[in-house]
Amino acid sequence: MAAPLALLLIVAVTIRAALFRTSLANLISERVEVVSPLNAWKRVVEGLALLDLDISPYSGDVFHETPMVIYLFHFLMDYAEITFMLADCLTAVALYLAVKDYNKQVFRKQKFALEADRIPMDCLELIRSPTEMYYIPLKVAMFYLLNPFTIVSCVAKCTCGLNNAVIALFILSTMRGSALLSAIFLALATYQSIYPLTLCVPALLYLLQRLYIPVNVRRSSFWFYTLQYLFMFLGSLLVLICLSFFLLGSWDFLPAVYGFILSVPDLTPNIGLFWYFFAEMFDHFRLFFLCVFQINVFFYTLPLSIKLKEHPVFLIFMQIALIAIFKSYPTVGDLSLYMAFLPVWNHLYRFLRNIFLVSCVLLACSALFPVLWHLWIYAGSANSNFYYAITLLFSVAQILLVSDYFYAFLRREHHLTNGLYLKKKDGSEATLVLK
Amino acid sequence: CARAPMYDFQEELVIRPLHSGDIYASFQFRTVWDADFMGDQKVSHYRLFPKSLGQVITKFSVRELHISFTQGYWRTMQWGQPYLPSPPGAELWVWFQDTVTDVDGTWKELTNVLSGIFCASLNFIDSTNTVQPSASFKPLGIGNVTDHSFLRYATLPREIVCTENLTPWKKLLPCGSKAGLSVLLKSEKLFHSTFHSQAVHVRPVCQDPQCRTTSMELRQTLNVVFDLHTSGQGKREWSLFKMFSRTLTEACPLASSSKVYVDVTDNPQVRPFELSPATPLLTQAVVLGDRRTYSVYDLTQQASFGSSRSLNMLLRWKAADGEMLRPLLHSERYVAGYGLQAGEIHTLIYNHHPYRAFPVLLLSAVPWYLRLYIHTLTVSSKGKDNRPSYIHYQPSKDRERPHLLEMLLQLPPNSVTEVTVEFERALLKWTEYTPDPNHGFYVGSSVISALVPSVVAMDTNSTLDRPLFSSFFPCKEEASYFMRVYTEPLLVNLPTPDFSMPYNVICLTCTVVAVGYGSLYNLLTRTFQVDEPSPGLAKRIANVIRRFRGVPLL
Repeated sequence: MAAPLALLLIVAVTIRAALFRTSLANLISERVEVVSPLNAWKRVVEGLALLDLDISPYSGDVFHETPMVIYLFHFLMDYAEITFMLADCLTAVALYLAVKDYNKQVFRKQKFALEADRIPMDCLELIRSPTEMYYIPLKVAMFYLLNPFTIVSCVAKCTCGLNNAVIALFILSTMRGSALLSAIFLALATYQSIYPLTLCVPALLYLLQRLYIPVNVRRSSFWFYTLQYLFMFLGSLLVLICLSFFLLGSWDFLPAVYGFILSVPDLTPNIGLFWYFFAEMFDHFRLFFLCVFQINVFFYTLPLSIKLKEHPVFLIFMQIALIAIFKSYPTVGDLSLYMAFLPVWNHLYRFLRNIFLVSCVLLACSALFPVLWHLWIYAGSANSNFYYAITLLFSVAQILLVSDYFYAFLRREHHLTNGLYLKKKDGSEATLVLK
Repeated sequence: CARAPMYDFQEELVIRPLHSGDIYASFQFRTVWDADFMGDQKVSHYRLFPKSLGQVITKFSVRELHISFTQGYWRTMQWGQPYLPSPPGAELWVWFQDTVTDVDGTWKELTNVLSGIFCASLNFIDSTNTVQPSASFKPLGIGNVTDHSFLRYATLPREIVCTENLTPWKKLLPCGSKAGLSVLLKSEKLFHSTFHSQAVHVRPVCQDPQCRTTSMELRQTLNVVFDLHTSGQGKREWSLFKMFSRTLTEACPLASSSKVYVDVTDNPQVRPFELSPATPLLTQAVVLGDRRTYSVYDLTQQASFGSSRSLNMLLRWKAADGEMLRPLLHSERYVAGYGLQAGEIHTLIYNHHPYRAFPVLLLSAVPWYLRLYIHTLTVSSKGKDNRPSYIHYQPSKDRERPHLLEMLLQLPPNSVTEVTVEFERALLKWTEYTPDPNHGFYVGSSVISALVPSVVAMDTNSTLDRPLFSSFFPCKEEASYFMRVYTEPLLVNLPTPDFSMPYNVICLTCTVVAVGYGSLYNLLTRTFQVDEPSPGLAKRIANVIRRFRGVPLL
């Protein structure tokens, strides 16, 4: 499978390189859907220019990247385009290898379940075969690399491409079972933007499952392993923060990066829900709703992990999706990461209920974003409500997508334990409802 | 016993006909008071010096105070250089003494007190429009201060000047508006002008040549330009009565000198205008790099008023004017770009000196909601890149302080230097917009400070008889003069949210969050079950009765 992957990488790099050479690159790097105040390339250049003028980049309110990014681009400034293309390719390769490992594990679990006769007889059509799973890793890499969202994000040199690479490496090291690497990459991802903290739980669940440690709070082995992992994670995070302190010699970056992400002072429009809400918020309630919205990102972790403790990879997908929808400054680059996972669940297609509606809405919204932005900002014939409405629709479509996949996943699991063709008490065909 | 503090009050009016047909009148009222504010002696006896200002100076430990209120923009290319430049709106800059511990708190109190004294909304000066220039505003009085943490500068470009500001300003004068030159200051004519600027400057000056003690000098200045067509009815003939609808009847009794100067510099062959009543007194002075001749009317002499006991000088034009001396330093500023997302600020600085290059200090204070990108700063003269030799940039902090950009630029002779910087427009919270948000937001004028080499006074080949040992190095009086040029203020539109929507936005966004919460809650807390149809009503009632009876259900 190396040859198709190599071909895919070449095609992706060619498309990106071609777009870098056109004038579209400048146009795309100004678009608010693609870049946000947190990860715009213009702001990275500005931060480095301030550093050249002997002013701390964090003394103003323009630069909100972590000091590691300063350090990285201080050396790679002239090779920025290659860096971002490389990051995209790295993400794709990491996802490819991770999904390959995952498929092997899924197939093994299915084999055990079949041998143990746990699957009812009429569910044979739900069984997955190696032939159908063969092309999934390539499809995942393709979905990531050839997704227009990823391409524009790379051409705009948005640093969320680097964040995606780190999360992909984290997923790969988790799949391979290496707890130390997984903790280190997760710490790096959390250090970049706080939200990947929630991925700690699915990683832990996966590693425990891999080592056959039961997830039982009364078992000492569970606590032992959990504490080990958390110690590695927190330790790496502490090392990263201290390294950042030593880079510029001050703690200024903490309020400038993390304070900024959490307190949302900049109301630049983006595809998320925060900007207009806080632009129109009464001052009295600002802190309250800020806390509500930030807690909203984190508090699905525990219920989801309780429900999905047997399926940590699906949990990772759900978490990444929820972060991309509800984070404070989302961009289309964040979306492309969870959309890359969709081929892994294409066996759920028969249980999906809204997929046509969702895909139409997503396509329409992607087309309407630039149109309504132009009408508001340049033509002056629309106002901010138009753009805000599309933001709402986009978020609703994403929520529907995620919950649809969740529904389909749960339903398949139900069928695998209870049989596919269920009958009512009087023998007629039954319908399943959620009660 | 201590010597009683000495006072000195001088008043002066300069009338300068401008090349475009307009006329420029500049009043200056100067009170010098021998009290040493920086010393220990408590000052409590006020005579000519206004008590309100004296108390402000002592209470807030002010070393220098400069405040100006201007309506209109000075058109340098048509009118030449003003005697005292000022930016449109209100401008306040203060040097505090080094005994002040909390400069920002003192600044805040000072602006509020001054806003009460001058009936102006100076209370809008806060940390979002105050900057600490590092090089541009050196003290104008004595004192060799280098610590710029005691300097504060703020402008309010949106401030409107009207009679309400003129009245308290006039009250500070020793003679009020009763006698002397201040009888001319009537608001219905003063505000019917193209340019009106009133200012108060307080600074310490030397009392004696050895400068052992200091005095406090208060200068109140008022500059006004009357337009040929609106005030002059198109006829090029000016008189005091036409300009101010008053004539002068006496000097202020408290003034030690009260003079009116009329600028009569012109082509010696042909005098374009005729000045009456004639006066024998003539002075020459080198002002703004140019040697000018003035006819002087001394109001302390009874003879100036003639038989009618009133002085109304009349300037009547007979011939066209000669060429105006082109101002050597001139600047313009504008916003480029389209749309409400981004833009560029272009500042053009013109150096019209034929052969001399000189450095200028450019100070720009840009509000925080126009986010400047300093890496896009380009300075070019005559098409080539021109690096500033000194850049002091302080980036803004949202809702706390504005951008401060100070640069030392070298202007090549006879050239235009263009300074360009890109910015991005921020979306503000709905409460941060003014009630008229589509009017736009003002960006205060940039300040260009320079020591300009004068053209006229610089004459390397002098024909005046001077011994050779003193005339080798070109060293005429006033070889260069200090000048400050203010650019136009900018008016920038920002994207606005819909102000009628707070409740709707909260509801809609919370609905979307609730949709997410609801779907996930459903899937997390419910399980799949086979849907058994519920029995009809009759059967349900029968089942209830059967349950009571203990009989198996249907």
